[in-house]
Amino acid sequence: MASEATQEATQDASRPDFARALRAAGFSGGIAFLLFLPLIAFLAAQNMRNELVLETRWPLFAVFVASAFFGRLIWELSPRERLKQQFAETLQSPIRLGTAAATLTIAMGALRIVARAGFGIESDVALALSYLFGTGAVVTAIGAAVAWVKSRYPATTESGRRRQSQIGVALRMVALGFLLAYPLVMFWFLGTQGSIKWIDNFGIQILIYVMLGWGLNIVVGLAGLLDLGYVAFYAVGAYSFALLAKNGLPFIAFASEYPFLTVDFYQLGPWAFWVLLPIAGVLASFWGILLGFPVLRLRGDYLAIVTLAFGEIIRLVLINWVDLTNGYAGISGVPRPTFFGIPFIEGEGGFAAYFGIPFNSIHRTIFLYYVILMLALLTAAMTIRLRRLPIGRAWEALREDEIACRALGINTVTTKLTAFAIGAMFGGFAGSFFAARQGFISPESFTFMESAVIVAIVVLGGMGSQIGVAIAAILMIGGTELMRELDVLKHIFGRDFDPTQYRMLLFGLGMVLIMIWKPRGLISTRSPSVFLKERKAVSGAHVREGHG
Amino acid sequence: MSSPLLRVEHLTMRFGGLVAINDLSFSAERGQITALIGPNGAGKTTVFNCITGFYKPTEGRIALQFGDAAAWGELEALTQQGGRSRERHGGSLFLLERMPDFEVVRKARVARTFQNIRLFPGMTVLENLLVAQHVPLMRASGWTVLGLFGFPIYAKAERAAIDKARQWLDRIGLTDRADDPAGDLPYGAQRELEIARAMCTDPVLLCLDEPAAGLNPSESAELARFLRTIRNEHATSILLIEHDMSVVMEISDHVVVLDHGVKIADGSPEAVRNDPKVIAAYLGVEDDEVATVEAEVGL
Repeated sequence: MASEATQEATQDASRPDFARALRAAGFSGGIAFLLFLPLIAFLAAQNMRNELVLETRWPLFAVFVASAFFGRLIWELSPRERLKQQFAETLQSPIRLGTAAATLTIAMGALRIVARAGFGIESDVALALSYLFGTGAVVTAIGAAVAWVKSRYPATTESGRRRQSQIGVALRMVALGFLLAYPLVMFWFLGTQGSIKWIDNFGIQILIYVMLGWGLNIVVGLAGLLDLGYVAFYAVGAYSFALLAKNGLPFIAFASEYPFLTVDFYQLGPWAFWVLLPIAGVLASFWGILLGFPVLRLRGDYLAIVTLAFGEIIRLVLINWVDLTNGYAGISGVPRPTFFGIPFIEGEGGFAAYFGIPFNSIHRTIFLYYVILMLALLTAAMTIRLRRLPIGRAWEALREDEIACRALGINTVTTKLTAFAIGAMFGGFAGSFFAARQGFISPESFTFMESAVIVAIVVLGGMGSQIGVAIAAILMIGGTELMRELDVLKHIFGRDFDPTQYRMLLFGLGMVLIMIWKPRGLISTRSPSVFLKERKAVSGAHVREGHG
Repeated sequence: MSSPLLRVEHLTMRFGGLVAINDLSFSAERGQITALIGPNGAGKTTVFNCITGFYKPTEGRIALQFGDAAAWGELEALTQQGGRSRERHGGSLFLLERMPDFEVVRKARVARTFQNIRLFPGMTVLENLLVAQHVPLMRASGWTVLGLFGFPIYAKAERAAIDKARQWLDRIGLTDRADDPAGDLPYGAQRELEIARAMCTDPVLLCLDEPAAGLNPSESAELARFLRTIRNEHATSILLIEHDMSVVMEISDHVVVLDHGVKIADGSPEAVRNDPKVIAAYLGVEDDEVATVEAEVGL
């Protein structure tokens, strides 16, 4: 029915067919009616005497059905083809996009003033809209800049291409500068109380997921091995770090009387965190190999199921091996990271005293931000390097065609195992950072949901694309955090409404939309690892997604 | 005693109750193009899969030798001792049926192509040729460690690999398309690229599974020229499965005919072309009618 309607629209875009639109809207409304009648209209609730009674919610039901009906009606009647064309033209035009960005910025400013002056619902609505317009302004401004560069330096000429790549390098430098300056700028403008949220909840949290996304990207995006249990390596890293930091590092001291001697975390001195971090990473990569062996022969769905089970097994072991992991209660009091031996404490010997600055609890947060930024950049740099080495090319070749790999003398066993091991290692790094940052870990942090979020980030971003994964992590994790800020939703859905409860619903919605519009993720093109004359992006249509 | 490159002896491959190859023996001579022909389902690709280590044969021996031919003398000893390979007097001898697929390529230097083209479609033409040089590049990158730290030895090896790839691209006329995805190439070019990719592994034996399938007559003729150049200019012998008889008859030095997993003829193209058994197998005639067919074709 929808395709018929589209055909109709292409034939005569200017004059919408009202009867057809009404029929389509009636169809959608009918489906909504049948679907939401049991789901929305009736509610089984408890009354005062603890009895189960059937309540009805006719007004809400009517809203759902009416929005389905009128939504479809507007969709059918809208001049879609013309709008699509206009949209495409707008994307090409830096002037139009620039105007849009300016308008959105002004609107955002006005709304911020309203939000500050007003109170109650008006203020919250204005604030929510200002966030929306602000995001829109940033996106359109970026679009305008891209369109301007494309029209000013077209890629069809040699000089244009060179200039485009120069601008690309400059942009990367600017982005790096922004990332480095971000916590200091936030602290400068917003003070301790105002900035901690932006550095911790947004900065550190997003960077952890960017790092996890990049780590999983090696396994899923490059080697094409769908791993649904990636959180297991995150957990192994976190628990390795926490246990070693709390119980000390077992050392075999050959010269000493006692063959086994444990070195306490604090005895490791200034480098304690930096000694345990790689150990946790190596332990996680061992688990990566351990998972790799049994799944060597599995492909596609079967591989996904086994890796999923592996993630659950690790979590169940963490819950049930109480002697080691303290079960559900988790491990608390994980030693906090120090600034190369100088603890972030108040008073004598602390970080603040050492540098002669007033003590502030945010120092540690800022330090942690730089640690995870460095770890994430390490992951990115290593992945870029690995992609240009034979092992990286073998991973991608494995994703494209495993049989052909074997016919070219590539040992697919070691190739798969290294992909699992290196991906797991980065998961382990992220895990040990997580343990050090939280100071407390429990199995609750390593549920299947985490794996699902990381896989969603990789798939939404575009498998294999580093920048796409980073954008997806910012959207998904940053978006979730931003939802906490929106008080306006409380006005609509009531005081008890917690928007973060609905994040999985929104993830799902985002996934569906991306799969409709960009089935291969935000960045679907693949950048070749080597070139003879010029680096041309490979269209996603050719790139395989891996089946084993 | 002659010194063939490849010797297949009493090769039998059973899949459950199905006998795909039954007691097949033949040899491929050094520096020659040997064609393996036969009707559909005769077991030709199964022979290839056994030679290249994709299948473990049920019975039989597949021996390959290069370097000093005296190494053939070690064959029985090697078989008895249960080894896979032996180097002696500058010659190397391999028992392919005992080696895993990737080692057949790495050590015994047997490369292959596939009936249904198996390129890496999402990688560029150049990348396809570099993946084929994985083994030497891996060594040059110090099994990734040296390469990761940017040692110049790897950069040098990669440049050499690109040069080699470029030479092959020049030969098949795809230099201009080096940076395009392999999946974007027309069918004929993909066939040639797959052969060039196999050649990038430096094989002594190149196994081609129906390289002319789906090519038009002029493309087939070009392919025949290309294969002859490979044979003449490189130390590479070719084992070929092909249905296109014009190609087979034109370039083969030696033809082995298979039917229902059994060898029915073995000899020069002319001899095979006139062999009544071959004609019968291809035309599907009962054994007692062979005489009639012979008479018809003028034998």
